Parts: sequence; C-alpha cells; structure tokens
Amino acid sequence: MYNPTVARLTYRALLGRRRALILFALPALLILIAAAVRAFNGADDQVAADVLGGFALATMVPLIGVIAGTGAIGPEIDDGSIVYLLSKPVKRPEIIFTKLIVAIAVTMVFSAVPTLIAGFVLNGNGQQVAVAYTVAALVASIAYSALFLLLGTVSRHAVVIGLVYALVWETLFGSLIEGARTLSVQQWALALAEKVTGDSLISSDVSLPTAVTLLAAVTVGATWFAGRKLRTLTLAGEE
Amino acid sequence: MSTLTVDHASRWFGNVVAVNDVTMTVGPGVTGLLGPNGAGKSTLINMMGGFLSPSTGTVTLDGAAIWRNESVYRQIGVVPEREAMYDFLTGREFVVANAELQGLGDAEAQRALATVEMEYAQDRKISTYSKGMRQRVKMASALVHEPSVLLLDEPFNGMDPRQRMQLMDLLRRMGADGRTVLFSSHILEEVEQLASHIEVIVAGRHAASGDFRRIRRLMTDRPHRYLVRSSDDRALAAALIADPSTAGIEVEHGAEGGLRIQAVDFGRFTELLPKVAKERGIRLLTVSPSDESLESVFSYLVAA
Repeated sequence: MYNPTVARLTYRALLGRRRALILFALPALLILIAAAVRAFNGADDQVAADVLGGFALATMVPLIGVIAGTGAIGPEIDDGSIVYLLSKPVKRPEIIFTKLIVAIAVTMVFSAVPTLIAGFVLNGNGQQVAVAYTVAALVASIAYSALFLLLGTVSRHAVVIGLVYALVWETLFGSLIEGARTLSVQQWALALAEKVTGDSLISSDVSLPTAVTLLAAVTVGATWFAGRKLRTLTLAGEE
Repeated sequence: MSTLTVDHASRWFGNVVAVNDVTMTVGPGVTGLLGPNGAGKSTLINMMGGFLSPSTGTVTLDGAAIWRNESVYRQIGVVPEREAMYDFLTGREFVVANAELQGLGDAEAQRALATVEMEYAQDRKISTYSKGMRQRVKMASALVHEPSVLLLDEPFNGMDPRQRMQLMDLLRRMGADGRTVLFSSHILEEVEQLASHIEVIVAGRHAASGDFRRIRRLMTDRPHRYLVRSSDDRALAAALIADPSTAGIEVEHGAEGGLRIQAVDFGRFTELLPKVAKERGIRLLTVSPSDESLESVFSYLVAA
C-alpha cells in the first residue's frame, strides 16, 4: 500500500514550498511562548495546560494539519502535475494512503514534537501535561491529515476551507456551541489527553470510547473517500 | 501492436459539448489529431488517456475500457500539454520517479533520457529548463516503459525548429516500430510533415479521417483547384469548360502561362483531363493541385 516513490515526491513537494516556512515558524513560536511564560511565570501546571491546550492543540496542530494534509495533494491537482502519478499502473488508494502517511508524519513531527518540547520547557512535564498534550497532538495529527487530505482531493479551495474549519469551527464554535464540540477533532484528542493525566487539568466534552470511535471513523472514512475521488478525478483540458 | 477505439463517445461539461459523438480507431503508426484551438482535441486525448470519462459512448484499448483502469498505463505513455511537472526535481530525478512508478529503475530512465537527448542537462532542476527541454523530459517520462501507445497533446508547442525536427524523427521511428502514436496539433504543417493518417476534429465533431489528400477528395462538394500548363492552354480550357465537372477556368497571363481550373467533381475531372488532352493532341506540361496543402483542407473543413 505504501509507495516509496510517491512518498518521496510528496515529501519534497511539501517541504520545498514557501508554505513550508509556516511548518517551522509555528513550532518555533510555541517554544518561544513556552520559554517566555516559564521565564516570567515560573513552572505552573495550570498555565502549562492552558498554553498547550489553547495554542498548541487548538491552533498549531490544526494549522499544520491543513498545510500538510492539503499540501500533500492539492497543489499537484491544481497545477495538473498529478497526471504523472495517475498515468501509471499504481492503484489510486495506494497513492492516497502514501500521501496520508507523509501528511501524518509531517504533522506529527512539526506539531507533536514541539508540543513535547514546549511542555517540558513550561513545567518539566509536571502532572504528565507535556506527554498528555503530545499524545493528543499525535492523535489529532492523524485525523487532521486524513480530513485535510480529503479536502485537498475534492476542492480547489482546500486551504481556505481547512483554515475556516480549523479556526472557526474548532476554536470559535467549539467554545460557543455545545454540540459542535462533539464533532471536533480537538475534543477527541483531548479525551485521550485527559486519560493520560488522569487529572482535572485537562478535560474533554467527549467520552473516551466516543472519541476513539469517531477518530477512527473519520480517519478511515476520509481516506477511503479520498481514494475513491482520486479514481474518478477528472483532468480537464486547457481548452 | 495496440489499437485505441473511440466508439460514439461524447463528452460535455455542463451545457457545453466538447466532444460530440466521435467514433474513430487509432492503430499502429503515427496519427495526427488535427483541429483548431477549442475543437475538443484535448478532451478527446484526455478520454483516450483515461483522465476523463466519456459522458456517453466508450473509449477502449484493445477492447479494455480505459477509464478507471490503471493497468492500461503499462501500455500507454502520456505526454500532457500542461507545463507543470515537479519543477523542484532535476530532469533525471523526474524521469527516474516515473520509471519507478512503472516498476522500473535507473537503467530505463537513463535510456529514455538518452532517447530524447537530454543527458547533458539531466542534473539541472526542471525549473531552469526551456519549454523545449521540458517537452523532451516529458517525452522521456512517457517512454520509460516503452509503451505500445503514445498520446501527445500539442507536443510541438514552444519547440524551436531543430527540436521539432528531432521530435518528429523520434515519433516517426516509434510509428515505424509498430507503436500507436497519436498527437494533437492545430498547426497544419506539423501534421502534414509527420502523420501518415489524420483525424480532423472541428467543433467537437469528427470532421474527417484518413490520408489528408483522400479527405480532400472525399469532400466532393468543395471545388478543387489545379494549375495546368499545356501546349495549348486555350484549346484545353474550351474543351474542359464544356464538361460539368469544371466550374471555372482562369487563363494565367505571363511568360509561363497556364490555366487555373476549379473542378467540382474530383473523380470525373481527373479522368476528363487526360482524355480531353489526348483527344485534342494537347501535351500536358504541368498538372498540380494548387490547394492540396493541409491548410486549405482545414479551412474547408472549418468553413463547412
């Protein structure tokens, strides 16, 4: 299912673009904030949880997910270079699966790793806060990658829609409307983080079984659908 | 040896019909797909390449449907018109990636690069290539697996005359090898120079098929023009105009003289001319079709 050539092309396309700068800028910003908070405030478990929950998990992970997920396929479809993948005897789901693996890996490296570092900087992993949010970031990376990869396959406006989802739905509606939180990757990931700390520092609106079920369903469903869409992707001529 | 078959295929985008009930068979050798810009050539090639489903009808390769069938790409090589092609790679990396996706390796990629004479620039980034170089690397990527069918969409665009000649030589060789080569073009002299067989698409419809001179002849409702020089132009003119196959004759002035003849019935005229000349003892010095260039065939078809 994993095609090393497709993976190589995807990595190079993802990390070679100007957009990739955001991949480096956001984690750098997180670690900078963590260092500043620690310097001014000292080690505080609640503050650590607030910074990691409010910035790392709520903003940084979905943004990196948008860049990696849509960037793994969207630009190739936009400019038509995907034709070089599609004109080969390679199964379409294999292309999608490989791109998903790449998107997940990139999202994890640029979101979970800095989250762990920032957590240690903030309070030295007191009450497992750093590890809990790292687990949440890892899990969220998988679901976001799958969702945004699908978005990149079906829409030319994937980045905009992805940003609206990540920022408006997850952040704004999530905090205003009760029901929206159930359908939020962030809340599902928080359910796992909550389990790791086993403490009142982190809480999710979704129960762990529901969260795990929804995470799996969204990831598998989005990937399957993206594979299907790619099979019937229409490359219109330039006429 | 592979045959592409398009059977009553149509393709529309919303209300716009891009390809309208086209039926054609493309076999081994070089076939030119000719038509003005916007005629539906790219849509047709995209259907043949499996990148577009026919709205109705079928497009098959040796009997197997092409749409949603990845396995056909073991036999088909595609050279798209669009420029985008992983510009961050070097030419060699790009062709190697294409070879790997076909289950092949470096050796095949290197051979394909040699075929298109791009070895000298293979380690440069594609983003630094000229249009002609890009075109050749695209060719190499389509040739790595030695496909029996090669589809090229406007392959000569942006090429300089020397590159054009090289590519024509290459395509001719591939056609002579028994491969099925189909290329689209809106430039008549390209098709005329290269294709043994042409398919003409005008406004989404299949306007004509075959050898271009034969197509010209098929269009009997169109006047054919000939320049004829003989030992007695005026006597010949008088005899020819008496026959309904001739619509008009103009006598050329000047040292060379000659007659410009408009024939409306091609078959009849070609029999009439030598017969009349023989009967009257007139020697025919020159008989040349003055509008058998593809240009004029094409303008007739477009006007029709």
